[in-house]
Amino acid sequence: MGVDLVAVTSEVLNLEALTAEISRGAPGDGAVTAFTGLVRDHNQGRRVTFLDYEAYEPLAVRALDRILDEARTLWADTRLGVHHRIGRLEIGEASIIIVAASPHRAHAFAACRYTIERVKQIVPIWKHEHFEGGEVWLEGATADPEDENAKQAAHRIACA
Amino acid sequence: MRVTVRLFARLRDLAGTGELTRDVSAPATVQTVWNALVAEMPSLVEYERTMSVAVNAEYARMAASVNDGDEVAFLPPVSGG
Repeated sequence: MGVDLVAVTSEVLNLEALTAEISRGAPGDGAVTAFTGLVRDHNQGRRVTFLDYEAYEPLAVRALDRILDEARTLWADTRLGVHHRIGRLEIGEASIIIVAASPHRAHAFAACRYTIERVKQIVPIWKHEHFEGGEVWLEGATADPEDENAKQAAHRIACA
Repeated sequence: MRVTVRLFARLRDLAGTGELTRDVSAPATVQTVWNALVAEMPSLVEYERTMSVAVNAEYARMAASVNDGDEVAFLPPVSGG
């Protein structure tokens, strides 16, 4: 039974399972890189108690698919997977995992970094931050998948 | 014609609901639906310049046409990851 390469889920994320899926039957691979995003206990001077993630799920899945397509176009020899968790997450829990495999480490690192940068730009998911003394919706980027400047900025960071 | 409106994150909080249905007259665009919503709930207008929109769970523009039965979503700036 395979693991989906893209998922938006309220289940605990399983990096081992995604890594195994990406790495399966690929003797030409020279590198696998992984990124795990964690819920941290502080943000902008506030003591964070937990995060509640909300998603527009069908569009979030499509946006993640699109990002993997972009990354595979930029680094044609890489294979990728990304899982984003939603719902209530405690401090220290993983909110996102990304795995990239390639014959070459530079491509695996870059594709992984590109993916997280693009997630923050265009995936319709929001953090509702609960902190000591209140709560706030975090708002980052205005999502526009066609924005070439944003895409290039993510590419530059990935190759830095 | 009738459309389903989806609101997320703080937009949902401001409106007090994440999903509602509204009747708009054809021909309509996303902008038509938004204008009807803001007329009803003026506090939403602060998102007009920073939000994204989607029709039937695909990113769209304010000028995109909307048909009977469509789902129109208004999305505050995103903060995933």
